[in-house]
Amino acid sequence: MSSIDDYEPLRGADHAPGDEPAGGREVLEGVLGYLVGLALAILLTAVSFFLAGTWLVWRPSIPIALVVLAIAQIGVHLVFFLHITTGPDNVNNVLALAFGVLIVMLIMVGSLWIMSNMNNNMTPMHMQMGQSAVWFMVA
Amino acid sequence: MTAFQAGADYGGGRREEARGPAAIVLDHSHPASKRIIVGYGFWIFLLSDIIMFSAFFATYAVLSGETAGGPSGKDLFDLHNVAIETGCLLLSSFTCGLAAIGARAHNGPMYYGGMAATCVLGLGFLAIEIHEFVGMIDQGAGPTRSAFLSAFFTLVGCHGVHVTLGTLWLLTMIAQVFAKGYRADILRRVLCFALFWHTLDIIWVAIFTVVYLLGAGS
Repeated sequence: MSSIDDYEPLRGADHAPGDEPAGGREVLEGVLGYLVGLALAILLTAVSFFLAGTWLVWRPSIPIALVVLAIAQIGVHLVFFLHITTGPDNVNNVLALAFGVLIVMLIMVGSLWIMSNMNNNMTPMHMQMGQSAVWFMVA
Repeated sequence: MTAFQAGADYGGGRREEARGPAAIVLDHSHPASKRIIVGYGFWIFLLSDIIMFSAFFATYAVLSGETAGGPSGKDLFDLHNVAIETGCLLLSSFTCGLAAIGARAHNGPMYYGGMAATCVLGLGFLAIEIHEFVGMIDQGAGPTRSAFLSAFFTLVGCHGVHVTLGTLWLLTMIAQVFAKGYRADILRRVLCFALFWHTLDIIWVAIFTVVYLLGAGS
């Protein structure tokens, strides 16, 4: 039978993703947690948008910096908004997340790697074909 | 530790005096609450949704240079709009968190206020995005123009569809809490909705970085 309010897990149980850590946190504490998350997310977003338009840093470094900032911001969202932690009550959530990240990486890195490899192997071919191939690509 | 417990009562005898993290690990004597199982199941669904998005991201990354002589991201993207869209979604993640706290505390003004603010911000995001899409199609940069634009509209449009469905779900949850009160089953749906909304924000972080910032800079 489920109770009226099943927020507090029984001792030793898991933690639902998205729920605040168990232990009777007050409303104000919860709001503060979200405020910290919001402040960090806004900071990281602002740095990303600033970097994308600036000439103050070496331009070729910017894509890497943007990707790193995005990963950091996703981490902030996971911790402060989705309440994914390293606690023992969160092991299942973290393992599921780790498997998801593995598949995402396989799809992204695998696709980019294979396609760039194929592009590299294609290059000599249309150079051999010369003018007609270039015309074909433009048309 | 697992959501689905199998039998053996390892820590049962010590449960009364069990305190602290070590005791939490030892005690496997009861099934997880419905809230944990529902939340975990929805978390798995969201991860599968993220994997679907990763396929669209991979497609976009591979095709982003294939403009077929048409406009590139640099010609089309207005980072000013994207910054406003990002602000809308970030703030809505915050107000959605406030609504979740309000639901937990059975605090009406906090729950309804948080949900209403989330709804307004979500609709603001959608309005800007639809305006952007219509503007691009008007200037001949629709999804049929090039492989780059097909991939762009698929990826960003799929996120927009998620936000649209999320907004409908949001309105449903306002109505359900209003009609049925803070019942455990209704609150589990609110939990799933909040997870869904925060995940959309995470996907948007990837979109504004990979599509807009990298696209406008390259």
